[in-house]
Amino acid sequence: MNPRLAKALINGLLIGGAVVALFPLLWMLSVSFMQPGEASALPPPLLPAHATLGNYRELFVHAGMGRYLLNSLAVSSVITALSLAFNLMAGYAFAKLRFAGRERLFQALIGALVIPAQVAMLPLFLLLKYIGLVNSYAGVIVPAMATVFGIFLVRQYARGIPDELLEAARIDGAGEWRIFGQIVLPLLKPIMVTLAIFSFLAAWNDFMWPLIVLTGQEHYTLPIGLASLAREHAQDSELMMAGSVITVLPVIVLFLAMQRYYLEGLLLGSVKG
Amino acid sequence: MNSSRTAWLFLTPALLVLGVFFLLPVIAALVLSLTDYDLYALANIHNLRFVALQNYWALLHQPLFWSALGHTVYFVAVGVPLSMGTSLGAALLLNSPLARCKPFFRTALFAPVVTTVVAVAVIWRYLFNTKYGMANFVLGHLGIHPVDWLGDPHWAMPTIILFAVWKNFGYNMIIFLAGLQAIPLDLYEAARIDGASAWRQFRHITLPMLGPTLLMVSILTVSGYFQLFAEPYVMTEGGPLQSTTSVLYLMYDEGFKWWNLGSASAVAFLLFLIMFAVTALMLKLARRGHDGEPA
Repeated sequence: MNPRLAKALINGLLIGGAVVALFPLLWMLSVSFMQPGEASALPPPLLPAHATLGNYRELFVHAGMGRYLLNSLAVSSVITALSLAFNLMAGYAFAKLRFAGRERLFQALIGALVIPAQVAMLPLFLLLKYIGLVNSYAGVIVPAMATVFGIFLVRQYARGIPDELLEAARIDGAGEWRIFGQIVLPLLKPIMVTLAIFSFLAAWNDFMWPLIVLTGQEHYTLPIGLASLAREHAQDSELMMAGSVITVLPVIVLFLAMQRYYLEGLLLGSVKG
Repeated sequence: MNSSRTAWLFLTPALLVLGVFFLLPVIAALVLSLTDYDLYALANIHNLRFVALQNYWALLHQPLFWSALGHTVYFVAVGVPLSMGTSLGAALLLNSPLARCKPFFRTALFAPVVTTVVAVAVIWRYLFNTKYGMANFVLGHLGIHPVDWLGDPHWAMPTIILFAVWKNFGYNMIIFLAGLQAIPLDLYEAARIDGASAWRQFRHITLPMLGPTLLMVSILTVSGYFQLFAEPYVMTEGGPLQSTTSVLYLMYDEGFKWWNLGSASAVAFLLFLIMFAVTALMLKLARRGHDGEPA
């Protein structure tokens, strides 16, 4: 094929792909500023005739979106902090500390990945009901405090830490916690950032489990609140688009800011599945 | 200093969480699936009876289970190849030396992956609205009659598949892109000197070199697509005429709408078994295909 034609074709396809990928998101943003009812017209308008923040005001003042936003922020932040701590400790232990049955235990954890999380959800609900954590933030947070994926990611990365470094510190008389805090953690910083973004995004976007465990509106996270609004306000496209913007914007901004770390983690996590 | 004790101290929090909130519930789910746990047992545990495999037996005789399984298999069988094909195509475009502004295109194509399923499903519901949706408006200009995307039992699942492809293809695209970049360029160089066409280079260099990545990605994607739930929950509520009710949707309804936790656990375990069988089969076929190749 003619190289100039090939170049035009490849870049044309990329532009087309980018338009398809981004159009729904840009359309959402535009419609969120439209007057109620404006989007339900033919031809479908692309830009608001008179931009308004009315939909956002309506969501925050009357639909409790502010509450959902704070819930999502709080729940996702706590999950990120706790799972980061637990996964870092466990991943480091699997990579660098010697104990009987280490490889077998790790293999068992990786093997558990074949079990879909939903299998655990029904008894988990009963367990949390028994402990009294149904319809509480803790009900969403507690099962997410450690993940096999996170442990795997940390282990892969921590294996690169030279043993001599740790041995030297031990000979100098440093305790294990001090070694972990002052030598290991600084070396694990890149994977910490990656894992933090992954955990935050996963917690923010999680749907099925919060839907099950959160039975009262006051604890709803954004996806649950949005899904419930979508059932009530099926016709109000402008209002729903504003709700979608509030839900999606924080994660898109986070992704754009931390893209490099996120994509690295994605590749690291998929090596040998 | 006992290093083994230290190790266990470091492991305890994570293992405790995984043990109590995952492993224990999974075992409990197996037990639960052998009981008639329902609303009455929820109120008073003495109403609980052991029913052996009756839940499974009943499910296998329930048309709703088979149709839910059918819809899920439809979603997997059409969605996974379409999704992976799109990912591979996008990765090939991005990997081409002729492509411009690669970082921008990579970010743009990946953006849907990080979005929240519920929020973007809401967007698609309006884009695919029969009367005012952009999709029908564009098709109308091409002379195609409006399609009742989410309201017609024949179209609802294809629409959800399109949505899933749009939402997910960027993830595998990144993995394929890394795989493509790992292929030594001199292989293509040698092929070009031999006069191999672009298609033959793709067929005889790219695909074989990408083989292990393709297998891994297809297994992960199949497992992910079997867990269809949020999309129909938001876009169609399992309808119209239950044409988008997936296995997990059935489990959710059975468990948390009707509180038949015993039967819902059986649904969950059947899904697990089916996923396990399908992915094991894929691995086996891939291995056999590999052995068949000349060394």
